[in-house]
Amino acid sequence: MGQISDYLVWGAATAYAIALVCFAIDLGRVSEAIGARKAARTKALAQAEGSGAVSGGAIATALGGESASADEPISYVGRSSKALGIAMAVTTVGFLLHAGAVVTRGFAAGRVPWANMYEFCLVGTFVAVGAFLAIQIFKEIRYLGGFITFVVLLFLVVGMNVFHIQADSVQPALQRYWLVIHVGIAVIATGIFTVAFVVSLLQLLRDSRDNGSPLVTWNWLEVLPNADRLEALSFRINAVGFVLWTFTLISGAIWAEDAWGRAWGWDPKEVWSFIVWVVYAAYLHARTTRGWSGRRAAYFVMIGYATVLFNFTGVNILFSGKHSYGGLN
Amino acid sequence: MSTDDKSTQSTDAKAYRPEGIEDAFLTSDEKPAPKQAVAPSLGWRALARFMWRQLTSMRVALMLLMLLAIAAVPGSLFPQRSQDPAAVEQYLVDNPTLGEWLDRFSFFAVYASPWFAAIYILLFISLVGCILPRIKAHWHDLKSAPPRTPRIFKRFPAQAARTVESGSAQDVAQRAAERLRGPIKFLPLFRTTVGEEQPGVWTVSAERGYLKETGNLIFHVALVGILLSFGAGQLLEYRGQSIVVEGRGFANAQVAYDSFEHGAWFTEDSMSPFTMTLDKFESVFRANDSAAQDFTATVTLTEKNGESRQEDIKVNHPAKQDGAKIYLMGNGHAPTITVRDENGDVTFSGSVPFLAEDDQYTSKGVVKVPDVVSGEQIGLVGYLLPTADFENGGMRSIYPEALNPFLVLDMYEGDLGLDSGIPQNVYRLDTDAMTKVTGTMENPDPLIIGLGQTVDLPNGRGTVEFSEIPRFAAFDLRYDPTLGWLLGSSLAALGGLAISLFTPRRRVWVRATQSGDQVEVALAGLARGDDSGLQGEVDRVAAIFDSHLDLTDQEKLNKKLSRREI
Repeated sequence: MGQISDYLVWGAATAYAIALVCFAIDLGRVSEAIGARKAARTKALAQAEGSGAVSGGAIATALGGESASADEPISYVGRSSKALGIAMAVTTVGFLLHAGAVVTRGFAAGRVPWANMYEFCLVGTFVAVGAFLAIQIFKEIRYLGGFITFVVLLFLVVGMNVFHIQADSVQPALQRYWLVIHVGIAVIATGIFTVAFVVSLLQLLRDSRDNGSPLVTWNWLEVLPNADRLEALSFRINAVGFVLWTFTLISGAIWAEDAWGRAWGWDPKEVWSFIVWVVYAAYLHARTTRGWSGRRAAYFVMIGYATVLFNFTGVNILFSGKHSYGGLN
Repeated sequence: MSTDDKSTQSTDAKAYRPEGIEDAFLTSDEKPAPKQAVAPSLGWRALARFMWRQLTSMRVALMLLMLLAIAAVPGSLFPQRSQDPAAVEQYLVDNPTLGEWLDRFSFFAVYASPWFAAIYILLFISLVGCILPRIKAHWHDLKSAPPRTPRIFKRFPAQAARTVESGSAQDVAQRAAERLRGPIKFLPLFRTTVGEEQPGVWTVSAERGYLKETGNLIFHVALVGILLSFGAGQLLEYRGQSIVVEGRGFANAQVAYDSFEHGAWFTEDSMSPFTMTLDKFESVFRANDSAAQDFTATVTLTEKNGESRQEDIKVNHPAKQDGAKIYLMGNGHAPTITVRDENGDVTFSGSVPFLAEDDQYTSKGVVKVPDVVSGEQIGLVGYLLPTADFENGGMRSIYPEALNPFLVLDMYEGDLGLDSGIPQNVYRLDTDAMTKVTGTMENPDPLIIGLGQTVDLPNGRGTVEFSEIPRFAAFDLRYDPTLGWLLGSSLAALGGLAISLFTPRRRVWVRATQSGDQVEVALAGLARGDDSGLQGEVDRVAAIFDSHLDLTDQEKLNKKLSRREI
């Protein structure tokens, strides 16, 4: 069973890799189209100026056949292209394989499959892809696809190569329904923070481009919703993550009270979970503070997600504490 | 500026906003200009007010939050006294200079340090200073009607307009208000006010989502509750550790514990008198790799009135007695050892807990025999091998259960140091004033005693017998009367947070203007914070005036697509 799970993970990783390439090709096409349109517009303007007749019609004519409504902005909403279609389909296939990997891992271990670092990686990335596909049902966010699949692929490969251990039952301290609840919610929150992080990162890039940063010159950024909208999306995702993280802390305290005889004891994992919580709380405050919304709020998401990652990797590897269930030696 | 806008403003002006908050419900010209952070030179009262305003401002709260996050970091980098005092001592030995300085600045007790306390106390003062006026303002808001309809709708982020072919403006306004209130009479979605602005012009002003602010306030108040419960818990709690051998027990009294700690407000009265006996201890290990699978301590709890009951305590499942919780913290073997002197008289007899040092329960223990009739005091120190394996000349345990138990002990003679008055660790033998009798050049072999065996002590000092091997369990009893408050506050915080983050706060205004038979309807919406559903809300109200739904396919598609935009 454990072996099957591992094969499925590699299958999912392969699918995500293919999807990543397709998403990238699609963004490339978008970039090209925007670039071509800009060039054409410049040319048309120059011609029109030359002839002394500046009119929309002239520009439209100059732009010619390929895109009839040239002034209409290229948008991802309703976009259909072969690369994007394949990318989404393959992502969905990868997600199903990923689901199979999670389920078989659970059967192999005879418990919920989130009790060590590898499994946390496995399920966290699963949640991230799931959140991406779920949001896509309601809102157009396919432009995130390439970044989500990249991050997920990265974590899966690292997980398989660095964190992977055999499926096994857990020690008595972990045999409690709180393992299902506390760790389960923590994994979901982490997956959701991952998606929000990607959105905030794109927000920063888009914002830099809008402000004419010489470093960020990718055309495809113009297809994305503007920075404000990305910020709003990131906030909505982060809000869900923050509530779940709050629940993670509370359920953790309840469990710790039962298992270790104290609700809160500043164990390294508790310290860093607290830091994560405080940083995201600061983020929520920053959003409503004059002068701190927008770009600056996005920096908080960057810091917040960095603390999430450190809480997962650094705390497990560098410190020893009561949360030493990572499975690494 | 129109009079209507002023009336909107006057409602809001009563509402308290912390310094520096961004709020869509404040009109743009109403937003106070960013204050210069310069202290006015107007005497101490003005200065105090200025300081208070700063402390309760959003910017300072933000700064304190980030400071709190940063200040928490060193507690995970350096060993902490409260968790691992031995590691702190080791650190001080390894880094004498740096360690001393770190210690001076409380880096080994970060969460009890003055600077950490300073940050969170300031943060909570800031929080209280912010929410008290907000509670007052919200209370006022809850009692007052939605703000009056502004004259100009253009500046609002969500708008809609319809023309009703025939009807009266009043009727139209009433229908819109009804739609806004929703189908449930006693639980209206929007709070609405319908009024005649001027002859032939009727308006509806509506507001929903008062719960958003309520949830936000509950969350912040609950945070204060968490802090207070936690603090009270530290003051009122007591905690005792006891190691109990099967068949034995302890009473819940300060003297009965091996170690006992309590908070500053603890009184003996809070210790309810009960006794606990360990009837049986069972463990399950996996055969192939000795991985621990399960530990169960079966105990009998006897109350003061003599009533008793049996309960199982597991690692994750403490027993509860009179508000105290009894946790299973550790376990091991406690071989029953009897020492007899050269005359055959018993000088020591008892089950001695040996503390496990590895996964195979290779356990270390000490037997102190102070009451000798003649000669020097005797100390035995060494290991218990639960499943001994003597192959290849080695001595090791290969399984944690007592399948083939052997004691491997070294003997010391001399002064045990028990009469010095200095408290001694029962698990350590102080050999300063003792001489080693076994494990020496003349007598290299330790005493090796199998279960049921009796072995002679060297120097004709008598015998030592290993007769039984019961289990022992280490229990931790903790009493904290504030746990219920802590849980309640935490759940209130969680609930308040979720409500505050997921409830939309929206205002919708409708103006119906009679022009002949027709009624022109204009709608506007405003939300506090990001709200992607605002336009939808306005559209849904407007939709009740749609006489026909003959959108073209392209329009329908566009509408569908626009809904998919974030």
